[in-house]
Amino acid sequence: MINWLRRNKSAQGTLLISPTLVFMIGLLIIPLILTLIISFGKRSADGNVIYSFGLHNYIRLLGVSYNCSAGQTVCYDPIYTQILWRSLTLAFNSTVVVILLAYPLAYFIARSHPSRRNTYLFLVLVPLWTNFVIRVYAWMMLLRTQGLINSALAWVADLFGRPFTPLEMLYTPGAVLIGMVYEFLPFMILPIYTSLEKIDGSLYEAAADLGANAVRTFLRVTLPLSAPGMVAGTVLVFIPVMGAFVVSDLLGGKQVILVGNLIQRQFLDARDPTFGSAASLILMALTLVVMFFYTRKFGFGEEIAIT
Amino acid sequence: MTDEFAVEMQDVVKRFTTPEGGILAAVNHVTMQIRDGEFFSLLGPSGCGKTTSLRMIAGFELPTEGKILIHGKDVSQIAPFQRPVNTVFQQYALFPHMTVEQNIGFGLEMKGVSKVERSARVSEALEMVRLPGMEMRKPKQLSGGQQQRIALARALVNKPEVLLLDEPLGALDLKLRKEMQLELKSLQREVGITFIYVTHDQEEALTMSDRIAVMSKGVALQVDKPEAIYERPATKFVADFIGETNFLDGVVRGQTGSTVEVDLPGTGTVYIESSRTFANGQQATVAVRPEKMTLNREISGGNNLTGRVEEVIYIGTDTHYGVRFAGSHKARVREQNVTQGQKALASIGDEAVVSFTRTSPRLLTE
Repeated sequence: MINWLRRNKSAQGTLLISPTLVFMIGLLIIPLILTLIISFGKRSADGNVIYSFGLHNYIRLLGVSYNCSAGQTVCYDPIYTQILWRSLTLAFNSTVVVILLAYPLAYFIARSHPSRRNTYLFLVLVPLWTNFVIRVYAWMMLLRTQGLINSALAWVADLFGRPFTPLEMLYTPGAVLIGMVYEFLPFMILPIYTSLEKIDGSLYEAAADLGANAVRTFLRVTLPLSAPGMVAGTVLVFIPVMGAFVVSDLLGGKQVILVGNLIQRQFLDARDPTFGSAASLILMALTLVVMFFYTRKFGFGEEIAIT
Repeated sequence: MTDEFAVEMQDVVKRFTTPEGGILAAVNHVTMQIRDGEFFSLLGPSGCGKTTSLRMIAGFELPTEGKILIHGKDVSQIAPFQRPVNTVFQQYALFPHMTVEQNIGFGLEMKGVSKVERSARVSEALEMVRLPGMEMRKPKQLSGGQQQRIALARALVNKPEVLLLDEPLGALDLKLRKEMQLELKSLQREVGITFIYVTHDQEEALTMSDRIAVMSKGVALQVDKPEAIYERPATKFVADFIGETNFLDGVVRGQTGSTVEVDLPGTGTVYIESSRTFANGQQATVAVRPEKMTLNREISGGNNLTGRVEEVIYIGTDTHYGVRFAGSHKARVREQNVTQGQKALASIGDEAVVSFTRTSPRLLTE
């Protein structure tokens, strides 16, 4: 048996991938197929699934409504398309802000003395040691009307004898953006750092030697050569933000409902798994489409240039 | 200020702090003048300060002390991108995300040369390095030798006042390296730009250079033409580093005019012609090249020392004889195999006479 395995390369390969394969088929592929089947079904009065085939859930998601004001049988209800659009723009904005924050930090770490880099990377990763929900609660403490930030501002206002109305920060789109950026920042820092760190130092010297000042060296050499890191980081940030629901739940409340929240509510509160399944699949499709065009333009981020 | 010199290093010192916290003078009071249009080599073992010197001329390092002038202009504290020099890097440092055309055109683009003129000059540069039509390739798609030429073209296309080359042939295999040596030399003659060439390969330096600076431990030991460096090495280090040399340690016993009498304890007395003046009793080393010694062919009026053959090595063109003398001295004699089927001049264990003229050795004290 062992000898047979030693000679048979393809059997080795099958053996190596089979644990993961079983796992993925059992916990990803089959549930996905079930989700697809359920999404075509109907909700029974007591919240169970009646298996049938119809596109009504998808039609509803796209804004076609039958609960209309008097005189209309069919009308446009933008609530779900708005949620989708909100998720998409939030994912986009979060990614942009994360890049703007992560790049300078990654650059700083990559240019720092090699003996200090590991310490800095360690500090980047330290927040991940604590449960994320706990850290989001910390943000709630900071952003609340009677939170730390407002208290501090009130104290300063008091010092100057000015009146102070607390800022409404919690349960706003801004709070959700802050939460997302906070959650996913490390996932952008690491790939950008990796691609910056790989750049051969003599390329900077070559650029300087050929007459490029610091700004032009950055724009023509550093930035393009670190683009693969940004692309990889974008994939790692954009996709999870599209499906996130904890941050929007805690920091956005009822004001900022994302697709993730919609799906969660359909399964738990509204008890309509058929509509929840359809929303899940639409989210997946939307993410895949965006990523398809994105990777077609920029690649997967794996083509880190080597000299 | 004279500007017949392309580059002048005036008493330049570069100190680094080592990771252990010590201070290391990588370049220690170096003064040299590199003439306009010459092929000048900085030669020495690793750690001798040759690359640091080159990097200071390029501007990647700033001197701790002293001045660097390019055509009479003090550039000591000027940034690399403001200096009229270009560099060919050891590992070429081609931009991997750019095409060959963009790589070569980079310097011109930074100077604001128009796109049309740029592409004309790029194809001109590609012809110069004999790689026409390679514009659209990426560096990854090129062989090591081709990348080397692109790096050369990228530097030369800017028509620098001085071209700096940091062991540019180090990564190539031997045959290609020999080819490129000759090509670089003829290219240099063609373009007439001053080349400063860093290498640890003495043969490479001798082949290509108009003048060579031999460096060791941060100091320029000798700056001269290749023939002079080889024939008249100034120190034992230079004699040893460039080619092969026999060192016979002795004591000066007297000097009559230019003839110095040197006692090689236990081996005999030799007479050496030297332009220098030596004191009686001074320690001195007689340095003789193996090819300037003969075996069993005594030279009248020359130096003839008797020893025992310990080693005979046939290497085709020559035969090398290792001879040990009565003192602790040893010598290696190189005899050319001129005639067909030539017999060895001696066998191992034979007594043999090693001869050299009075003018062929150098008498060195340091």
